[in-house]
Amino acid sequence: MQPAHEQSFWSRYVFSTDHKVIGLQYLFTGLFMGVVGAFLAYVFRMQLAFPGEHVPLYGVVTPLQYNALVTNHGAIMIFWVAMPILIAGLGNFLIPLMIGCDDMVFPRLNRLSYQIFFVSTVLILVSLFVPGGGFGGAWTAYPPLSASAQFNHTPWGAPLWLIAVALEFVAFLLGGINFITTVMNARAPGMGPMQIPIFVWMVVIASIVFMASVGPLVAGAIMLLFDQLLGTHFYDPKAGGDPLLWQHLFWFFGHPEVYVVLLPALGVVAEVITVFSRKKLFAYKTILYTSFATGVISFFVWAHHQFVAGIDPRMAHLFTITTLIISIPIAEMTFAFIATLYGGSIELRTPMLWALAFIAEFLIGGVTGIFLGANATDIYLHDSYFVVAHFHYTFFPIAIIAGFAALTFWFPKMFGRHMNETLGKIHFWGTIIPFNLIFIPLFVLGAAGEHRRIYSYEHFSQLFTPGLQNLRVLATVALVVMLLFQFVFFYNFIRSLFWGEKAEANPWRANTLEWAAPSPPPHGNFAEMPTVYRGPYEYSVPGRPVDFWPQHLPQ
Amino acid sequence: MISWLVPQASTSAQHIDWLFTLILVTVGFWFLLAQAVLFTFIVRFRRKPGNSAAYITGEKKEEKRWISVPHAFVIVCDVVLIAGAIWVWKSVKQDLPPADERIRIIAQQWAWVFVHPGPDGQLDTDDDVRTVNDLHVKLDTTYHFELTSRDVVHSFSVPAFRLKQDAVPGRVVTGWFRPTRRGTYDIQCAEICGIGHALMPARLTVETAEEHAAWYGSRSAQGG
Repeated sequence: MQPAHEQSFWSRYVFSTDHKVIGLQYLFTGLFMGVVGAFLAYVFRMQLAFPGEHVPLYGVVTPLQYNALVTNHGAIMIFWVAMPILIAGLGNFLIPLMIGCDDMVFPRLNRLSYQIFFVSTVLILVSLFVPGGGFGGAWTAYPPLSASAQFNHTPWGAPLWLIAVALEFVAFLLGGINFITTVMNARAPGMGPMQIPIFVWMVVIASIVFMASVGPLVAGAIMLLFDQLLGTHFYDPKAGGDPLLWQHLFWFFGHPEVYVVLLPALGVVAEVITVFSRKKLFAYKTILYTSFATGVISFFVWAHHQFVAGIDPRMAHLFTITTLIISIPIAEMTFAFIATLYGGSIELRTPMLWALAFIAEFLIGGVTGIFLGANATDIYLHDSYFVVAHFHYTFFPIAIIAGFAALTFWFPKMFGRHMNETLGKIHFWGTIIPFNLIFIPLFVLGAAGEHRRIYSYEHFSQLFTPGLQNLRVLATVALVVMLLFQFVFFYNFIRSLFWGEKAEANPWRANTLEWAAPSPPPHGNFAEMPTVYRGPYEYSVPGRPVDFWPQHLPQ
Repeated sequence: MISWLVPQASTSAQHIDWLFTLILVTVGFWFLLAQAVLFTFIVRFRRKPGNSAAYITGEKKEEKRWISVPHAFVIVCDVVLIAGAIWVWKSVKQDLPPADERIRIIAQQWAWVFVHPGPDGQLDTDDDVRTVNDLHVKLDTTYHFELTSRDVVHSFSVPAFRLKQDAVPGRVVTGWFRPTRRGTYDIQCAEICGIGHALMPARLTVETAEEHAAWYGSRSAQGG
């Protein structure tokens, strides 16, 4: 390894091709967008709890603004928070370290990926402030509403939003190519397919699923952009187009996308629970195969979003069957994670709390999905707050809980310092308890028939009752409490960044290769390139003096 | 369970609520079991001084039973739920029972237009009654509706009927319902349709045949 030459600030932090810098760029951009997305949620939840009142730090919410708030909250949280943090941020930072190489195989492509992502981030933020305001046709952007300013009243917001989303897809396509190629070609000597840490596998499978599903939607997005800007009629029924075409293209991507972010989150959980229970991962191969199965089946479930969209009713049966089938590999993976804890020596450090909370909370998201995957109950629950509560019980564990598990777990590796444990636990409980108090009321509201994306329920006599309004207020208050507790995290994060206790190379006594590199790893990662001798989860092997056995140590 | 929160005002409501309860019981069992095992393990296997963890690969046959046996039960539950869903879907959605009357529903930004067949019970005759945001139907009468949209995608949603159907411009979607309970209920638009999405609350009145006839009479008296 040749020593890293002296680098200027610009080439080191802004135009760097180092996978760790790019990973952190994605991570910090994702965290920043998380703050933006959370603020949008705060504003529209305040409007729902106190309709028409002045919202502190914002003002009075108009219906057009309300639509833009919910639309951009959804789009930002998925495309600019979950994906950059879980896939691009962690993937870039960790993959070369975990497979024992010095960088991605296409470092410049990697830099281009972040630069395109950065442009898309600027565009989505700008789109909120253009004349007419941000796009408000929901993150699903169904035409004809999304296709014409005559219907959506956002002549600038809608095209800008669409361009931003399309650019984000391009960025992640480039990143995905890089991840897959790197893992195929650059693994340390001795690392066979079954010695790859599950997190790396999950990012690879997620990247394959993303690349295979996003193509049709990019084509669809360009057609939609043409409808908006050039006056074409791909989705306009008056001129022979078909609005349902978009729905198929969107959900053909949209549902696999759920698994694109879920799989890396499950990977994070696998890494954390093995370390903090000192246990070998239960049934590594089963977990791997169920992940592949999930990825494949995820391509055959999309129309469960369209049961009441006017598709042939007979088709709904097929998609109910595939949707319920996908519960099988996911359930099996959950069983394997729980079984991993059996016989363990569990230490409830902050990352472990987050990882265990992921399993407990994601279970709620998983089982409530059955109500929506069953076509007949979906008639009632479709586009209700039951759906909102359901997917927040999947996406919140994925993006936020697994995100915090990863941040607190790999913080010592990323920055060479420890985060404060007490503040970490305060932040954990201050997030988890209010999280449930936000979304359990939303299940009840959804079961009571409350429909989505409505800025005020005052005109609906069955919904504007004191009992239901109290639930709305409860959810909003819980959200505000949860958001306030995030200041604990940011305080802890920034303080630890500069003044945290110094971390050694392997503070958690873990096995995977990233812990063989110094904390933080220098340019080029390893002082001596590692060779792999065993699988990543050899904890508590009988007959050894210590309860871990790093992958790179010879016999 | 749903009926604790929203009245059951159509034949479909009972079917869908039954399926909801079936799913709730099935997944509720798995949910509680999984949480119980998870929390038991967390408590029982907390780190204690001097204790070390077991080495279990999960690759041996007798270990794999831990997940293969629940796996088999999950499949059985899935089969039961799929059968339940298909049966309810067929009876509330796929198979249309013969119509007693037909109505037409036209969605637009941001109102519902309802075309009632009038006293003669036939659409497209002179006594059709057109209303905005006000739908009147007779008790225990099977209605077919023809649903369409003038502009963007809307969704005709009546929670008390457990009925929801997107209104798609350029298409006429036919569906059905059979009211079983008198009263007035909310009609919602359940698909985001622009600035006025929250301003499409229509009222549904389920009334007896006599009340329905009287309502038609009051409409013609007003010259409506």
